[in-house]
Amino acid sequence: MSDTDSIKKGFEAYDSGVEKSIARFPERKKSFVTGSKSPVKRLYTPLDDAGRDYARDVGFPGEYPYTRGVQNTMYRGRFWTMRQYAGFSTAEESNKRYKFLLEQGTTGLSVAFDLPTQIGYDSDHALSQGEVGKVGVAIDSLADMEILFDGIPLDKVSTSMTINAPASVLLAMYIAVAEKQGVSPDKLEGTIQNDILKEYVARGTYIFPPAPSMRLITDIFAYCSKSVPNWNTISISGYHIREAGSTAAQEVAFTIADGIAYVDAAIKAGLDVDQFAPRLSFFFNAHNDLFEEVAKFRAARRVWAKVMKERFGAKSPKSLSLRFHTQTAGSTLTAQQPDNNIVRVAIQTLAAVLGGTQSLHTNSKDEALALPTEASVRIALRTQQIVAYESGAAETIDPLAGSYYVESMTDRIQKEAEAYIATIDGLGGAVKAIEKGYVQQEIQDAAYAYQMDVESGERVVVGVNKFQIEEGSPKGLLRVDPIVGERQAAKLKELRAKRDNRAVEGTLAALKAGAKGDANLMPLILDAVKAYATLGEICDVLRAEFGEYQQKVIL
Amino acid sequence: MERTIRVLVAKPGLDGHDRGAKVIARALRDAGMEVIYTGLRQTPEQIVSAAVQEDVDVVAMSILSGAHNHLFPRVMELLKEKGVDDVLVIGGGVIPDDDIPGLKGAGIAAVFTPGSPTGDIIEFIKKNLKRKA
Repeated sequence: MSDTDSIKKGFEAYDSGVEKSIARFPERKKSFVTGSKSPVKRLYTPLDDAGRDYARDVGFPGEYPYTRGVQNTMYRGRFWTMRQYAGFSTAEESNKRYKFLLEQGTTGLSVAFDLPTQIGYDSDHALSQGEVGKVGVAIDSLADMEILFDGIPLDKVSTSMTINAPASVLLAMYIAVAEKQGVSPDKLEGTIQNDILKEYVARGTYIFPPAPSMRLITDIFAYCSKSVPNWNTISISGYHIREAGSTAAQEVAFTIADGIAYVDAAIKAGLDVDQFAPRLSFFFNAHNDLFEEVAKFRAARRVWAKVMKERFGAKSPKSLSLRFHTQTAGSTLTAQQPDNNIVRVAIQTLAAVLGGTQSLHTNSKDEALALPTEASVRIALRTQQIVAYESGAAETIDPLAGSYYVESMTDRIQKEAEAYIATIDGLGGAVKAIEKGYVQQEIQDAAYAYQMDVESGERVVVGVNKFQIEEGSPKGLLRVDPIVGERQAAKLKELRAKRDNRAVEGTLAALKAGAKGDANLMPLILDAVKAYATLGEICDVLRAEFGEYQQKVIL
Repeated sequence: MERTIRVLVAKPGLDGHDRGAKVIARALRDAGMEVIYTGLRQTPEQIVSAAVQEDVDVVAMSILSGAHNHLFPRVMELLKEKGVDDVLVIGGGVIPDDDIPGLKGAGIAAVFTPGSPTGDIIEFIKKNLKRKA
């Protein structure tokens, strides 16, 4: 009898025994599902491995198809980068928070900008009222950026900036600050998010329509490949798609479909795939279902490697390997019994680490209520440090590989994601699928189903629909001083009076001419930034040339 | 027969988080209400003019960016300026408890924070409509 036959026989015997016992003692539920509502079997065995070829589908770390990880030593070489997303109020306040985080042992910075900055409005714009300094730091010009990184040597830290529509402007400011510190652009390490497609479907900080937005993005790819070679030019993000309510497989699918659209656009712009693709990076969510999340990260690596090799003919291993940042799932945090969030974040951290992330942000327990305080940020960072130094999860590579359950779920997520990507191809690619509202509708349907499951009690959220207690108002939340808006407006007034306004006008006119033609806009934006043109002024020039995106409202 | 309740679900300000607003819009629709959703980035002026134009009974606003203390009261002011006093206005989002009394003082009838069941919101609307069906 072969191995498989004996396992089959054993399984049948086990199964009939189970059928008898559950006839008397039923299981907790009729059917069991993952966090994303995929069916979960009672037991996974070697029988579930049928059809998987180890060398072809799993392989070795640092080798195609990268299922087991993108580096050959993973965390035995060095831990993931512990990078806490932070920023609020003014550049001065945020600079203090960054120095605090570096003292506490974070190994990279991650800048949160306020909404006016993300949407290209100066702090004194009418639409900025009430929003200045709220969800991130207010940056109006190079002058603010100089304060933001004061005393932080930019050749020693890597910096991630969550900035999309005006990514070129903020990257230009970063390059300019570095030059003032005597650091040349080729020494800079970091990431700009620069992923406009997910803004249209899930995050909302778009400015321009798709075509000129794609041009700005590919201009950055081209510019950085020559001048800022160690910069991650984009962070293709599934995080926000998941936060908007998608399933795990949709998160992989829609992110990689967006990635395909960027690669297509860059190739159409005349770039060589192996020149820019090594600097593409990704950003995923770490949600509650530990095993499904680990499988998701493994599947994402495999799907991307296949896409890059088979669809785009990429040859460089760096083009094929999906490097990603992870953030724990903000949408799983509860306002009720907020201390419980520490435990959720710990499980999600473990998922990210077992899934082989390159960097990680852990959310703080109070983020369903307000921006986090220093004390709660410290716990969030300590959570990463405990997983790194105490849990043992980082001592061997991809420790859940070979788990019948995790391998089978990795295959399932790959299959589901590839089916979605085929559907999106059929619609004409990610840009078209978004314009038609297909992606938005899929996400919203999943989000609504999730909420209904919570309300019916089918999905338990501890402290929300089960195990509730009477509790008072949480104390000691962080508050942003509402005076920040006025302070920024005063700074702007002073800047506009002091700077060389003829130089500003000259650089803005050059940018306008460039935008009309097909010049790479990065050098022109850099000139404007160095002349202290404001973010709003630069974006206004581009708005006038490119127009503004009109959201497709889907219910 | 009862008249159908008309609701404007609105996203004031620059905040892009619309998962909650859309889930609520859909839940209200499933509960038999007529729902108009504004989409993102609405100014208080746009929200008030949509409320008047659509002749709604309820305005339900969602903000997760922290700008609620500025934008919610501004909508109330503009409604008052237009002489609209029979529209029920409610709000939701990431809103600290300490801010709720101030918002209620400005005329926001209720504030629903994260974890609020959609059933509670539906019930609140039905019980507190200012215009009688």
